[in-house]
Amino acid sequence: MPLKLEPNFREPGKRYFHDFTPGDDFYELLVDTHRGLSDEQSAQVNAKLILLLANHIGDIAVLREAMRIARSGV
Amino acid sequence: MMLSAYPYPRFEYRRPPELSEPEVHRHPVIVVGAGPIGIAAAIDCRLKGLPVVLLDDDDTVSVGSRGLCYAKRSLEVLDRLGCGERVVRKGVSWNVGRTFFRDEEVYHFNLAPQPGHKRPGMLNLQQYYLEEFELARARELGVDLRWRNRVASVSCAPDHVKLEVETPEGTYAIEAEWLIAADGAGSPIRKMLRLEVDGHAFQDRFLIADIAMKAEFPPERWFWFDPPFHRHQSVLLHRQADNVWRIDFQLGSDADPELEKRPENVRRRVRAMLGDEREFELTWVSVYSFQCRRLRNFRHGRILFVGDAAHQVSPFGARGANSGYQDVDNLGWKLQFVMAGQAPETLLDSYSDERTFAADENILNSTRSTDFISPKTAISKVFRDAVLELAQQHAFARRLVNSGRLSVPTVYTDSALNTEDVDTFAGSMVPGAPMEDGPLAGGGWLIDELGGQFQLLVFADDPAMLDSQLPAAFEALAAGRVPTQSLILARRAGKVRGARTLIDATGIVTSRYDAAPGTVYLARPDQHVAARWRRMDLARVRSALARATCHG
Repeated sequence: MPLKLEPNFREPGKRYFHDFTPGDDFYELLVDTHRGLSDEQSAQVNAKLILLLANHIGDIAVLREAMRIARSGV
Repeated sequence: MMLSAYPYPRFEYRRPPELSEPEVHRHPVIVVGAGPIGIAAAIDCRLKGLPVVLLDDDDTVSVGSRGLCYAKRSLEVLDRLGCGERVVRKGVSWNVGRTFFRDEEVYHFNLAPQPGHKRPGMLNLQQYYLEEFELARARELGVDLRWRNRVASVSCAPDHVKLEVETPEGTYAIEAEWLIAADGAGSPIRKMLRLEVDGHAFQDRFLIADIAMKAEFPPERWFWFDPPFHRHQSVLLHRQADNVWRIDFQLGSDADPELEKRPENVRRRVRAMLGDEREFELTWVSVYSFQCRRLRNFRHGRILFVGDAAHQVSPFGARGANSGYQDVDNLGWKLQFVMAGQAPETLLDSYSDERTFAADENILNSTRSTDFISPKTAISKVFRDAVLELAQQHAFARRLVNSGRLSVPTVYTDSALNTEDVDTFAGSMVPGAPMEDGPLAGGGWLIDELGGQFQLLVFADDPAMLDSQLPAAFEALAAGRVPTQSLILARRAGKVRGARTLIDATGIVTSRYDAAPGTVYLARPDQHVAARWRRMDLARVRSALARATCHG
């Protein structure tokens, strides 16, 4: 399965009236996860988060594509 | 700072009769605060046949353009109040918003992706015009307008509210059966009653510059993150009436407001943004910060708080004044029902329940926008900039870009006034939802046929094919405890006794309501869905009406 680049956030059982809401829910959660952390602690959290999500995705072709996009332009 | 050419009116103070009479008058309704929401509340009372006194401590309209963006829903409310057309004629309608990161466009949205609505997604108009037009309507309807009448004290009794009012000629006492507090973000009434407000203030400061100039920019909302002309901060551009443009510069939390307000400093920022030598004139400058907070309860006995007096949000998303109009729309019919003895006072608690729910939604969305626009920590800024970089190529990231989630009316999903669905429907016209507009045959609009009373909408292909029992049900509903008007929404013309037929020639309305022949919607007087079914059942309609008016 190719890397999904279309909006894909949702939470089972939740009804949305606006297309931006699930993404905003996610983004708030992301920022909240880092609340009160030092920059070094935030980097640790990010590293763990990437490893957890990478394992969840599993498909190395998908991960390779995501890594390529993330690195381009940096 | 005022340099505008707008001729600010001075309204004449008139000696209130109470200053010369010993006895204290009790009025059915007093509104405090002649801002756009207070005037709207007073107009609404008059349209419902209630005499109304409107007190204001000043004697002119809004100084400065202030509230600028009015959402489709507010225009629909203003239409119902009888001043929408003037507002729409004077204002600048728009639907498209563009977002830039540094010097590239990363995202744009269209508030009206589908045609077939009477009003545009948004309209920009300086607040002083809005107040001027509303005041003209209020005078026409006989609102007792009292300028330079300042509320000095308020005391509550079980069946009325007593005010001491200061005027240039002395103080008088006055009583109201019901008081609508529309006295703004700093609400003196809220403070006098020591009511608690929950929420927090943001440190970031913003500079508003209104400039008059000839420019060819389209009527769109343009938002920049970190543009070359204002590095590391955001900028927002809006067009207003009279060739006036609003530019809103983020300044950060260390800015010195007095220094920033100096015309030479403002002109330098504007010049950098315009990037050329065109002529412009500063018409208004203001430095502001904001708070996201609300009263715990919008009802305090016989006092009902509306607009900024009840809730405040950041300006991103235009959820301030726009939610105030929804307050008025929600409150008006409930107050009318309670005052007429058609509903118990608990109906007014549902005003607080529904509108605090809405305020929380507005606060949530405007706080999220603010956190995206001005990240509080280094890591938040890293994520924000990563979203903006990815947004240039990837759709998922474009949807995360948050420069303001623009005001739309709240769906009262959890309201106790709703009757839950027993039948299956697709789409978003759920119980509690604000009812969508749609075109009718002959150039009319559904939204103009809705509101002001409970209404039953029965969908049909051909009215002649409807159940022969229906006219008797319509007549029973019209004569019921909560008088209800019946409308047939048919694909073709035809008469049915006891109901008016509206023709949905295009089928757009039928589709927006996921309706089939026989589908029934019960609409509240504020154009929200109370209940819906796949077929008519008088007992169910009566039970939903009782629920929507807090009768059992």
